[in-house]
Amino acid sequence: MGDLLVARPENATALVTGASKGIGAAIAQALAADGWLVAVNYRSDEEGAKATVEAIEQAGGRAAAVHGDVTNGSPDELFDRVEAELGPVLALVNNAGVTADGLAIQLDDEAWDKVIGTNLTAAFRMTRQAMRPMIRARYGRIVNVASVVGPRANAGQANYAAAKAGLIGMTKTVAAEVARRGVTVNAVAPGFIATDMTKDLPDAALQAIPARRVGAPEDVGAAVRFLASDDAGYVTGTTLFVDGGMSA
Amino acid sequence: MAATITPEAVEKTVYGALPQFGVDESQISRDATFEELDVDSLDLAELSQIIEDEYGVQLKGDDVGKIKTVGDAIDLVVSRAG
Repeated sequence: MGDLLVARPENATALVTGASKGIGAAIAQALAADGWLVAVNYRSDEEGAKATVEAIEQAGGRAAAVHGDVTNGSPDELFDRVEAELGPVLALVNNAGVTADGLAIQLDDEAWDKVIGTNLTAAFRMTRQAMRPMIRARYGRIVNVASVVGPRANAGQANYAAAKAGLIGMTKTVAAEVARRGVTVNAVAPGFIATDMTKDLPDAALQAIPARRVGAPEDVGAAVRFLASDDAGYVTGTTLFVDGGMSA
Repeated sequence: MAATITPEAVEKTVYGALPQFGVDESQISRDATFEELDVDSLDLAELSQIIEDEYGVQLKGDDVGKIKTVGDAIDLVVSRAG
């Protein structure tokens, strides 16, 4: 086996799915601040993606908005576009996610399939594609954005919990498969983070957080920035909880 | 454009790729088994990728599971041509 790279190659690019706003946008900005070229993937919110790119460029980084629905079409085509525009994808952050909540007894197949399809299956397909250049390069970083929901119960989100717990399981096994090629695979598990998805959080939920406050998207960005860094080269297969102590 | 598949060309590609996985060039022959060469499943997956990039021939996990020797790998790729 060729020597592993211990330092990120020069034009290494990070592809962040669902990065037009919220946690994805914060991750994109954190990676750009750490020197990654960043592909800001979006499905429908072109304006948000462009705003993320603009924020990165204003901070002195380099990024491009890249359209693509991760649940549809061919991941290799998306990767080709990113490589042509920025550089080889040596970091992938599977962040794109959806919810379709309901008590399990009332959750229909469509809501189940939609959430598993976007949050888990699409992340697998993207991961499979991303590993190809990474194992050849002897360097790669994959970070899956999971959730405290999955390891913990959350009534009304059986589909979401299954997908996120599945992501954590996938993270561990894929990490074990490619570790000897210098490719790390980790997950972050945000708790309650201030985004559109949590804006109607009841007070009782806050009481369940030891820190007694919701997190900021930047808290998650910082965790991903670390896991994608050269400093984290020996960290793989793990899940970093960013949850104010909820899972403690 | 995918390269033309001939047994000689595929042999050259495979022989050229194996040292990337730590294989000693002097040990490479058609009869050598991947086990003897200490080429593991991830190495074979990467070799499949090199072959796919070069010749456009996709080898799946099932295919790769059946091959035992360097010669098996070359023959499999050649048999998929055309």
